[in-house]
Amino acid sequence: MSVTTTTVAPTKPWVKTPWQRLPSLSLVLLSLIASGIIIEMTPLKGKLGFFLVFVPILTISETILARVKADKKAAQDVLVSSFIWTATFLVFLPIASILVTAIVKGLPGLKPNIFAETMQIVSFTDPLNKGGLLHALVGTLYLILLSIAISVPLGILTALYLTEIRGPGSNFIQFIVQAMSGVPSVIAGLFIYSSLILATPLRSSSMLGAFALVILMVPTVTRTSQEVLLLIPNDLREAGLALGATQWKTVAMVVVPAARSGLLTAVILGVARIAGETAPLLFVLGGADGLNWNPFSGNNSALPFYIWKGFLIGLPEAIQRAWTGILILLIVVLILFATARYLGSKNRRKP
Amino acid sequence: MTHSQNNGSGDKEMETKTRPTPNSLASVASGRAQKQPGTAPLGSGLEARGVHAWFGSHLALRDISLDFSAGTVTALIGPSGCGKSTFIRTLNRMHEFIPTAAFAGQVLLDNKDIYEASVDVTKIRLQIGMVFQKPNPFPSMTIGENVLSGIKLAQLDVPKSERDDLVQDCLERAGLWNEVKDRLDAHGGSLSGGQQQRLCIARALAVKPKVLLMDEPCSALDPGSTLRIEETINQLSSSMTIIIVTHNMQQAARVSDYTAFFLSDGGPGELIEVGPTSEIFTKPRDQRTENYVSGRFG
Repeated sequence: MSVTTTTVAPTKPWVKTPWQRLPSLSLVLLSLIASGIIIEMTPLKGKLGFFLVFVPILTISETILARVKADKKAAQDVLVSSFIWTATFLVFLPIASILVTAIVKGLPGLKPNIFAETMQIVSFTDPLNKGGLLHALVGTLYLILLSIAISVPLGILTALYLTEIRGPGSNFIQFIVQAMSGVPSVIAGLFIYSSLILATPLRSSSMLGAFALVILMVPTVTRTSQEVLLLIPNDLREAGLALGATQWKTVAMVVVPAARSGLLTAVILGVARIAGETAPLLFVLGGADGLNWNPFSGNNSALPFYIWKGFLIGLPEAIQRAWTGILILLIVVLILFATARYLGSKNRRKP
Repeated sequence: MTHSQNNGSGDKEMETKTRPTPNSLASVASGRAQKQPGTAPLGSGLEARGVHAWFGSHLALRDISLDFSAGTVTALIGPSGCGKSTFIRTLNRMHEFIPTAAFAGQVLLDNKDIYEASVDVTKIRLQIGMVFQKPNPFPSMTIGENVLSGIKLAQLDVPKSERDDLVQDCLERAGLWNEVKDRLDAHGGSLSGGQQQRLCIARALAVKPKVLLMDEPCSALDPGSTLRIEETINQLSSSMTIIIVTHNMQQAARVSDYTAFFLSDGGPGELIEVGPTSEIFTKPRDQRTENYVSGRFG
């Protein structure tokens, strides 16, 4: 028997050839044309109208094609796939839309002076090459850092109490935490206003703003941390205790390190909850137009506050400043999250 | 009430001579040199007196009295659900971590009841170490850190200069040193299941326990890793008291000096019989033990 050597070329039989794709692709084209005609001939107008016509036409025609070419199961597959793609698209659309809008509308106002100047001697309606949002940027960083400094220990310790110690009142505390995560943000601001500004000598400052945000952030951090801690296998806790450790040592050296990445996510979600809050700050921040480096006393500003003020004035320059503020806020949040993720993964990989 | 009728089958009859039989288990068992109580150079004896254990209102263990002489290996055998694991967890007070758990009886370590109110439970667990069924190295620590974790967790005072030696010593005794000596900085999770379990044994040894409890340490392991761990148990038995729960009768025969048979007839688990391993496998006194070790049920 002779030995024949054949060279086998690698192929991907599961990938459709362009020729196989043709019927399906031509349906997309036909649906586009049909939708265009329907939009022209009926009162339906605009992108939304087009979307409302195009998606059902494409779904139905692709389903019929699958039914004709294959069988009922293939048709069901196409139908359900279509629903899934549409749902994903609908969720992704607003996010993409927000990002694109913020970038497109914010970029024209993105000039070097906004990082160096404040609105101390400048009006919102002045030309854009005057004034800036340095004061608001500083104010927002103060708010976020102070809120983290207060909420993270409080939230994580509460979560540890609820999952590790399960001491007296756990159910009640759990109930309160859940109820608190539904508190409207303006109520948090009013609470600090009435309980601290009206009742004590304390006056508007970054610190009071952070107090209001803490009310919103603690439940988020607590509940997320709790979920993360519950995922840590009980084996690890028992292993620690069986080595003669106290419960505190086991939690500090075994449970928390094992949950570190998840706890970091909890902090990030907490910051995401508060970074853009405006309503609670209206009563307790004071809304300065100049720089205030002292976070513990005196009026201060914040990016959401600056944005709110810009839109409130409503003139073209003010609105442009607000859009630029939105862009900067997005960038600040993005940098914070990226840094947190980087730090988290760096520590994890360390031998 | 607290002392069971089984108590007499403990220490006193353990000096009975073994005799060879055609039974393969028995020949394995009688191959081991029988240890005499009280002659062990190291370790401490452990005595359970009338141990009862509950989960909620459900009585899981009734009136267990068992002596573990210093420096011996005792295997606890019996079908699933007979309370072996519950019993071993009462011996270092891990039982109480189950919220509904309750306990009655005494466990004496060096003639002192570990359940006494004045006892510091963390010190007890330091002296009575435990290896679990599922390997559970700490995922956030390296291999070396895992070995030393007990020192840090229990806040023991070990000088930095001695720590490297301690890591090597414990890993050698657990039979893992040669496989990991070049990668002590790797994470514990990067080891195979059998290696992880030996790492857990090394971790338990680092705090120098007098007694080592092993709850089915080989149930998740392949035969090769099982053999390594059995060799480890043989080496360790010269320096400490070992109590091992196992479903593997050959394993009980290979590693233990004494064997205790537990059984539950649907109710609470009870101690049916205890004696030198060779006897339990050759001429058990109780018919139920004979049925179990000869493979007729369970």
